[in-house]
Amino acid sequence: MKNIIGRKVGMTSVFTADGRYVPVTVIEAGPCVVLQRKTVATDGYESVSLAFADARKNGLTKPLAGRYKKLGLTEKKHVREFRRAIDGAPEVGGTVDVTAFVEGDRVDVVGVSKGHGFAGGIKRHNFHGGGRTHGSMIHRQPASNGDTNSGHTHRGSRRPGHYGVDRTTHQNLEVVRADAERNVLLVRGPVPGAKNGLVMISAAVRPPKSRAAAQGGK
Amino acid sequence: MNVIDLLEQEQLKADVPDFRPGDTVKVYSKVVEGGKERTQMFEGVVIVRKGGAIGETITVRRISHGVGVEKSFLVHSPRVEKIEVSKRGIVRRARLYYLSDKIGKAARIKEKKAVR
Repeated sequence: MKNIIGRKVGMTSVFTADGRYVPVTVIEAGPCVVLQRKTVATDGYESVSLAFADARKNGLTKPLAGRYKKLGLTEKKHVREFRRAIDGAPEVGGTVDVTAFVEGDRVDVVGVSKGHGFAGGIKRHNFHGGGRTHGSMIHRQPASNGDTNSGHTHRGSRRPGHYGVDRTTHQNLEVVRADAERNVLLVRGPVPGAKNGLVMISAAVRPPKSRAAAQGGK
Repeated sequence: MNVIDLLEQEQLKADVPDFRPGDTVKVYSKVVEGGKERTQMFEGVVIVRKGGAIGETITVRRISHGVGVEKSFLVHSPRVEKIEVSKRGIVRRARLYYLSDKIGKAARIKEKKAVR
């Protein structure tokens, strides 16, 4: 089973064994404990709930604390449910750590993106913006909202608004290193969210075809 | 110490010699040629040394067959086998970009004699 919960520590670069210098995100991942397994028979679908990071004393709600107590586990802060790549998951009470991943694996990383507040079209939707000078009076405004013939603004028209703090998935990131000693996972490139943000890591749902993998890896 | 510092620290080389811009160095780097790996030596003047820790790079300049060649190396890269200092130079700035505008005698750097 290839799922784990982690905390984004930050970014740096490392040298790989073959001498490449790659940018990586350092993720402190696991160890996670399996809190619940759902099955088709009981719940209508299959999933594994993992729990991560020790909780403060009295830091949990009573219902959640009770679940740990029942299983005789130490209390963990974060619980997340995974619905894929759950073959061979440990039984309830078992643990998952970074040894589930090896160098070269492709993973999808889910996080909550950084908040940008109320953002304009340029930042939020990559609008080009208008001219700065030469009498242009449209600088960073959205300008047009679409055709005027229809007499109304189309649904889903891209406007300024709240940007960020969304669940965001980055697919097919390469695992550069899995350090079991420190419970650290190095993933190539950036992952969504701020430092100390919680991230969910799973085996890639749509791994690249072999040729693409060869190119993407170098 | 946080994890990032640790990760960087353990990849730093301990045997990087002490050198500055203006010094002449020999850089031995591994290159892959025709599927084979061999070590190549590049000797020239360090014109800039920048970046810190694991990302530290040097740019080395030499005149090769009448053409100025500048090469950048990641100091701590495993592909850079060894750096040797062959000459110490006296320069008054940290970035010797002006060298690329000078040719021949004007591009020389005064050599620092070892202090007894």
